[in-house]
Order: sequence, then C-alpha cells, then structure tokens
Amino acid sequence: MYRMANYDEPLLNEIEERKVGHIDIKIQDKIKRKELNLPSLSERDVVKHFIHLSQMNYGVDTGIYPLGSCTMKYNPKLLEEAAKSDKVEDIHPYQDELTVQGSLEIMYNLENMLCKITGMNAFSLQPIAGAHGEFTGMLIVRAYHESNGEERNEVIVPDSAHGTNPASARMAGFEVVEIPSKDGRVDMDALRAALSKNTAAFMLTNPNTLGIFEKDILEISREVRKVGALLYYDGANLNAIMGKARPGDMGFDIVHLNLHKTFATPHGGGGPGAGPVGVKAELKKFLPVPRIVKDGEAYRFDYSSNHSIGKVSNFYGNFPVLLKAYAYILMKGSDGLKEATERAVLNSNYLISKIVGEHYMLPFGGNRMHEFVVSAKNLKERGIRALDVAKRLLDYGMHPPTVYFPLIVEEAMMIEPTESESMEALDRYAEIMNKIAEEDAEVVRNAPSNAPISRVDEALAARNPVLKWDDFSK
Amino acid sequence: MEKLGIESIDELFEDIPEEIRIDGIDIPTGKDEIEVEREIRRILKKNKSFEDMPSFLGGGIKPHYVPPAVRHIVSRSEFYTSYTPYQPEFSQGMLQSMFEYQSVICELTGMDAANISMYDAATSLGEAARMSKRVSRKDIFVIPKNISWEKKSVLANYARNAGIKVKEIPYDSKGRADISAIEKYAGEELAGIYLENPNFFGIIEDRIDEINEIKEKTGAMIVMGVDPLLLSVVKPPSEYGADIVIGDGWMGNPMNFGGSRLGIFSCRKEYVRQMPGRIIGATVDKNGKRAFCMTLQTREQHIRRGKATSNICSNEALCAIAFVSYVAIMGRDGLRKVAMKNMENAKYTADKLLSVGFEMPFDGDFFNEFVAIPPVDAEALNKKLLKKGIHGAFSLGRHFPELKNALLYGITEMHTREMMDKMVEATEEAMGDV
Repeated sequence: MYRMANYDEPLLNEIEERKVGHIDIKIQDKIKRKELNLPSLSERDVVKHFIHLSQMNYGVDTGIYPLGSCTMKYNPKLLEEAAKSDKVEDIHPYQDELTVQGSLEIMYNLENMLCKITGMNAFSLQPIAGAHGEFTGMLIVRAYHESNGEERNEVIVPDSAHGTNPASARMAGFEVVEIPSKDGRVDMDALRAALSKNTAAFMLTNPNTLGIFEKDILEISREVRKVGALLYYDGANLNAIMGKARPGDMGFDIVHLNLHKTFATPHGGGGPGAGPVGVKAELKKFLPVPRIVKDGEAYRFDYSSNHSIGKVSNFYGNFPVLLKAYAYILMKGSDGLKEATERAVLNSNYLISKIVGEHYMLPFGGNRMHEFVVSAKNLKERGIRALDVAKRLLDYGMHPPTVYFPLIVEEAMMIEPTESESMEALDRYAEIMNKIAEEDAEVVRNAPSNAPISRVDEALAARNPVLKWDDFSK
Repeated sequence: MEKLGIESIDELFEDIPEEIRIDGIDIPTGKDEIEVEREIRRILKKNKSFEDMPSFLGGGIKPHYVPPAVRHIVSRSEFYTSYTPYQPEFSQGMLQSMFEYQSVICELTGMDAANISMYDAATSLGEAARMSKRVSRKDIFVIPKNISWEKKSVLANYARNAGIKVKEIPYDSKGRADISAIEKYAGEELAGIYLENPNFFGIIEDRIDEINEIKEKTGAMIVMGVDPLLLSVVKPPSEYGADIVIGDGWMGNPMNFGGSRLGIFSCRKEYVRQMPGRIIGATVDKNGKRAFCMTLQTREQHIRRGKATSNICSNEALCAIAFVSYVAIMGRDGLRKVAMKNMENAKYTADKLLSVGFEMPFDGDFFNEFVAIPPVDAEALNKKLLKKGIHGAFSLGRHFPELKNALLYGITEMHTREMMDKMVEATEEAMGDV
C-alpha cells in the first residue's frame, strides 16, 4: 500500500530559535528598523524542515504525472547538471558582450533550432512563461495591424482554449470573441461568422485541448488570412507533432512554445519556465529587443529595430531554462524528438484503449494524439464525480489527470501520459482508474486517506483568508 | 502498436493533412550524454563569470552569496519536478514552503498579503500599474525618471493597452525622485505613484513624512520597488504609505544572466482580491488538520479566463523556495549582517574612488550601489579595466544623457577588500593611459 511521508511539520516561525549575536545597524535613526520578526534557526533545523516538506510533495521523479496539457515528461538529469556552473549562474546581464559569448551562442543556436522545429523564421527567447509568450504574441499582433494603419480590436478563441488565451488577449487590450466547437473541432461556420475586418487574430492550439488535430487547419488559415487577420499558435501541445508537422507550414504567423513542457525543463512547482515566441519573416521586426545577431564569429545584442514592441521582461529570458532546453534538443536530435512525439501519441492511444469503456467515455469521434479527455459522467449515478476519482488516485500513489477542463466536456478528465511512461506504468494507471470506478462510492468520495492530509476546505480558505503566519493569531 | 491493431505509427498521425506532413526535423541527430555535456561546457567556457573576473556592475542586479544549503533544498526533485500545486493533498510541502515565503515577504515589506511571484521585477511593476488602475479606476501612473530603461519599456507594454498613461517626474540633486513634482497630477486622474528604495542610483529613501503627505494630498496608490535586503535594516514601506510593494527577489537565486529570478508582489489586505498571480492560504482538511491550498482563485485565468486580474499561469515558484530558504538559513541577524556588509563595502569603494579623483553627483545616503563620475572618459576606462581582467561599473550615459560620463557601481558581500583595492588601483593606473 502506498503511503506518502507525513510530518506535523511546524512553520518556520514555530521552530525553536537559536540565540545569535547583536548586530550594530548603522542607519540613521529616522528610518532605522526596530523590529524584524524573522526566524533565527540553525542550518541543521532549516534543512530538516525543508527536507520534510519535500517528502510531502509529489513530482515527476516520484511517479506518473499525466496532467493533461501540462506535458509532465521526465526531466533528464543532464539538464540540471549542465546548468550548475558559475558560467551560467554568476553572469551579470549588463556584462560586456565579449564576456558573455557563451550565453549568446547558446541563445542564438536555440533560436535557430526552434525555428527549424516549428517552421518559423525568427524567435525571441525573452518571454518567461507560456502566458507571457501569448501576451508578447498579442502585442506583436497589435503592432502589426497598427503598422498597416489598422485598428482591429477582436481576438477569436475556441471555447476549448486554455484560460490564458482569452486572458492574454484581454491584457493586450483586445475584445475576446469565443466560438463554439463542433464535434471537438473548430466549427468552420462559426469561425467564418466570427471573422471580420475587425478580427486581429485567431488563437488556436493544435492538436487542441481535447487532443484532436484540427484537420481543417489549412482551410482555417485561408479563412483567417482572407480577412487580413493573423493566426496564433498556442504551443502547449507541440509534443504531439514534432518531426511530423510544423505550425509554420500550417499557416500560423506567430507561435509560442513552452520549453518547460515540450523540451523537458522541470516545472519547479509552477516555474521558472520559458515561453519563447516565434514569428514569420514579415513579423520579425516587431519582436522584442534585444535580438541576438552573429557578426562573423562573434555574437552581439542588437537594439536597432524601430518597429520592435520593446521589452516584455527585464533582461533576456530565463537563461538556465533556455540552456536546459538546448541541452535536451542536442541530446534528442532530429530522430529523438520525432521518436518522443511518436511515443507520446502511442502512449496516449494505448491508454485510451485501456481506459475508455463503460466507466469513462470518450466524447466526440475521431483520433486522439498525445492527450485525450474522457468524461466520468457515467459514474455520477453511483455518486462518484471526476474530482473523487482524482482524489482516490492519490491513494494509489498516482497523480490524477487535469479535471474539469476543457469546460466543454462534462466531468472532464484530461490525460496526457507523455512519452516517458512505460507500458507497464500505463497498464497500472488504467487498472487503477477502472478499479476506482467500481470501488465503494463512500470510500472514493472520502479519498484520499493515504496522503498527508485529507481533502482541504478550500471554501474556508477563500472566505477567511489566512495568507501569512501572523494571520493565524487573528 | 500491436495492441492497438495498427501496422504503422503513421496511422496515428493521419489527421495531419498530407501536404504539410514532414518526416523529421532539419537539425543534427541526437548525441550521447557525454557529448552533450562536453559541447555545453565548450560553449560556456567563452563566458567570464564573477569568479573569472570580478565585476562592479550595478543596475539593480548584483552577485550575492547563495548558501550551499539553499542549493541543496531547491535541488530536491520532489520540489523541482512538481507542477503548480493543483492537488493540495499531494503538494503540502510546496504549499507550506510557499506560505512561508509569503509570510517572509509580508514581514519584510509590512504588507498584508503576497503572491507566490511574478516573472521579474519589471513585470511586477507592469502588474502593479494595472492593479493601481483597477483599484482606483483612474489612469495616470507616475514613475521617477531614474528607473531602469528596461522597466520603463516593460511597463509601457503592460500599461498602454490598459489605458494607463505613464508620466515621469525628474530627480533632484540628491538623486532622489522629486516628489514635489507629483503635486501637479493631484487632480482626479492619478492612479498610482512608483518609487524605489533604494532607487536606481542606489539612494536610500528617507522621506517618510513627505511620502505620506503626498499620498494624502493625491489619494494615489503608492507602489514601492525595494531590495528585500535593505528592508532588514530600514523601516518597512508600510510605514511610508506603500499600498503595493514589489522588487527583485534575488535572495537564494544567482544572477543567471538576468533570468530565473522572481518578481516580488505584495499589497495591503483591502486590495488582495485585485492582486494578480497565485496566492496560498491556510485552511484545514476534513479532519481539522492544518493544511494549505491555492486560494482566491476566482481572480485567475484558469477560472475567470478573459476577466482574470492577469493572464499569469506559470510563475517563478522554485525561486520563491530559494528565497524563503535563504531567509531561513541566514536568519534575522544574518540578513542584517549581510545588509551592513553591503553598505560598508559600497562606502569603502566609493571613498577610495573619491580619493583618486572621482566625483559623486548625488549626496544622498546609498545602500550597495552608487553613482560616481571618473575624471576621464568612462567607457574608455571600462575598456582598459576589461583588459586587466576587471569588469567596470555600469555606464549610465546610454540611458541618461545628462549623466553622460557617470558610472553605476554595484558592491555586495561578494566583493573582498582585495577585489575593491585592486579595482581602484587598476582604475587609477588606467586613468593615466586614457
């Protein structure tokens, strides 16, 4: 039986303090700080504290983590080691270009490789995360239309889109027009009806969040082009098509990638990630500055573009993440990336064959690629919901799928096994999912019972926010 | 494949229209681990790190010590290979650490709530301007002329499409933002005012009463950009009117060429529901046991989609774990010791530079950065120093034409007496040649 470590771990401020010496603060009295209520602990106690906490956490290294749309693939350890160097860490962003030729070369090479993988003409590595890439892309959309003397204020997204798509479009000042899906794909009639001279861009994930490839992509791109709008590729699902097809060839004008998904850099409990943005040649001049250029054998920053949207983050992007992705691409190569995609799609289809049945149904017909969404609505009559299945999976030491997304599927469970898992691991996952569907409903509803805590009262957390340790006493 | 009843892997990709199908990518084939490792090392060798070449660059980012225990903690793969903690029962470790991070930020800043991070200090500023507008429903956001140009550029991108007008105020003879210039915006439309402590020139803010007064007069939100280390020894921004406190969360995180650092974001409790980003709250589980989870999620994109306070999803969570473990390892007095060491070292270097003929244009107290003007051409001086294996200070002239020959020095606990002496010696020598 699976058990996660479970400590009644005190908060840092509840651990017994060690006395330390007096520090003479030489600051003018008017602004000198009197009280500073931070803990004074021994290194021994601090390390023990955080090791205990790490043991109450589940990562890809712990086991299967098939969160749909998140591409939780294994993070090769070489990547971590490659980034542990003073030549990565102890580099100041304002250093003379002659002293950072290594960093510039890696970024330059990575940009080129991403162009090859996606079929785009230029990349910027500056965006820090996927949503940040989307925001950057939307700023480029705006700059492009403005340079044509046009003010277009609508961005179209399908109802199956990630939440970040409409949020990013709004942040760039666009109105969001959501169109319904038909049979799990873009409804061409709805798209045609929504497209107008006012459309700035259409944002699309392909394959979409249901794991279905948008077969009509060439038709979609023609229609979008016809009204003078741009086609935007949300790269969250690139893992499904590497070496098989390229967004650039599908007619996408702008793409963002998630290096922390497709290119195996770890998610870090939410970040740091990297969300590079690639564009077709005619949009290159709008990319953020600086660009990295190569003169002869030397690399340098180029700030000269007059059309650039400027900066989207403080410096040049999350360099260690970029380096790890570069190492991953070198390691995999053209053959390895294609194989990763084939294996990811194969694993997903294998898992479908094992999971879809009387308990879990697959809404919409057709093929699935690297991920799929099942509906657990058949379990409702037994009083079991998708959330209950998810929580019960924890009892078996397995991370659940993404649940209740996309919104267009009732009791949705979105599963992305990635290429990393063995057939044995997939068999086991399917076996447990099916077993849970037949377990005593009461047990499932009360799960988890093997995790460090049982289900949390999220309503209480929102109603009565306790957001720091001082709030407990209030 | 057998079990799926397919003969070729291509059958799984048949939805891709034939005319765009490709077979492979035009990059080299895969390499062995050992080859990759060698290749990466070969390229990185071309970099000169702080270890190879002491650097005196300022500009809001500087070398600081990262204790080995911090490295060890963030190398725990249960932390670094986990996703955003959507399943709290399996993520208590990350969630409690994040809650502790929020607590530490609030203690340093005096704010009531902090999120788990923005991408960096510049995007924190962009989000703070947007939040000021959401709270105040007004649209002018005032910034000092002397902040980094990168921050201004990022801010412009975050502000412009939200209908926010950014206005600049000049700096005074002490190098501080001239806050009296804000009064002319004291009409109806002032949403927020951004100030820094220490500011881009390294000057420590000591106008507590004046800032409170401006706040009262204008009714604007005060956004403070801070170095968290300075806050261990000076009064928290809550005492001089701050409503939102942001900054570069460098603690426990190396310089990394400027990336993989976190943006601090904290605010007063009345505005917490307008905050961007992930927030962790304490609650109880079904058995009444203390537990942590993400909270106030109705602000966020995965729930509210287009109506969210921000589009942020991935953040810099692991950097926040590095931050809180740094604070825990250093402890209250350890932090203060480092803060004093930074100030002492900066003062030592500045005095030495003055003694060889430099001038300091501003006479405000400074923390670990300061502006100094050499008696010779600054850029030429830097080139000479580079040849001697020393990286000189940041040249301000490119972005502040009125400070054409000024250099911005950054000095921390990483700079030994020997490094500082050597740099000044080399500077004096180079001055003769320039």
